[in-house]
Amino acid sequence: MRLAKVTLIWVALVAAICVPIAVAALSPLLAWRGPVYILAGFAGIIALGLVLVQPLLIAGYLPGLPGYRGRRAHHWIGGALAVAVVVHVAGLWFTSPPDMIDALLFTSPTPFSPFGVIAMWAIFAVALLAALRRRLGLRTWRIAHMSLAVVIVVGSVVHGMLVEGTMETMSKAALCALVLAATIKVMVDLRVWRMRTRRR
Amino acid sequence: MTTFVLNRRNLLAAGGSVLATGVSGLFLPARAQGLAPTPSMSGGSNNYRKGAPTVDRIGKGGFWMSGTVRRAGDGAPLANQRIQIWAHTIEGQEHEPQSHGATLTDKNGVFRLEMPQIIPIFGQPHGHLAYDSGEFETVFLRPVMRSAKETSLEAHFVLQPA
Repeated sequence: MRLAKVTLIWVALVAAICVPIAVAALSPLLAWRGPVYILAGFAGIIALGLVLVQPLLIAGYLPGLPGYRGRRAHHWIGGALAVAVVVHVAGLWFTSPPDMIDALLFTSPTPFSPFGVIAMWAIFAVALLAALRRRLGLRTWRIAHMSLAVVIVVGSVVHGMLVEGTMETMSKAALCALVLAATIKVMVDLRVWRMRTRRR
Repeated sequence: MTTFVLNRRNLLAAGGSVLATGVSGLFLPARAQGLAPTPSMSGGSNNYRKGAPTVDRIGKGGFWMSGTVRRAGDGAPLANQRIQIWAHTIEGQEHEPQSHGATLTDKNGVFRLEMPQIIPIFGQPHGHLAYDSGEFETVFLRPVMRSAKETSLEAHFVLQPA
């Protein structure tokens, strides 16, 4: 791959994730939030950014990380995603315990909460299944992971779009659109519904 | 002797009448039993602090929370009812004491309390209100602002005797 193209892909990816984070860092709402709440919010934004990286890595689209290296990175980023979600939820719990408990029990008045909570459980489920995947068999693992991946992507995007928080609307919508586009492209390219063994 | 035949015609007639009474009951509660009491909203009591002081204004003000308090059934305005108000504002978080205050309704059952600007918290710009004086059933409300830029918010109580 030409150096220009490699550079362009990486710059575009870094911008897609870092611009929304940078714009959120300028949000006036931050002035009235405590450090734990701010950390929790940014953990959520970073988690959304990691959801964009995941399909690109597993499909080997990122220059310098094809095949096995891409899959290794996918595993590590997956772990980081689970950690980011834990920080997000724990920080929000600390900030306002009754609101977080409502969300986790699906009794919250906010429409975005169930989408976030379902995506969270799907992320934890993938992490658990990934640890057990040798015992599951490749076919079961792929069906489970792909189904949960759809739940994670849709849940995260709807959750993010409905939240009125520090993220600026345009940069948030752009990141969410890229997450959806990357997921659809990878699923089409890898023909996940055929459940063939992965190309080497 | 009357025999009840469960055929399609009877079933449709019975089902139709049940539907008619049930659905009209949903849309026309006022005709049957007068004004229905306001139910508490989910999440309404979050970060509630019992016994917030009655104040002329919460903090430095700039935002208006207003509403009415009426009696269930006849809808009569209720005067001198204590309404507690709290929210995440530019002067404090929801759970902090300075974010809480109470006010009384006037003779028309109207309350109006100035408070600092409400800002989005937990993904929605919203306020909290409570009636918890005991004479009527306790009600917690959690109205949401249409836009975070708005500088006022309303909430209306219809209370039923405890």
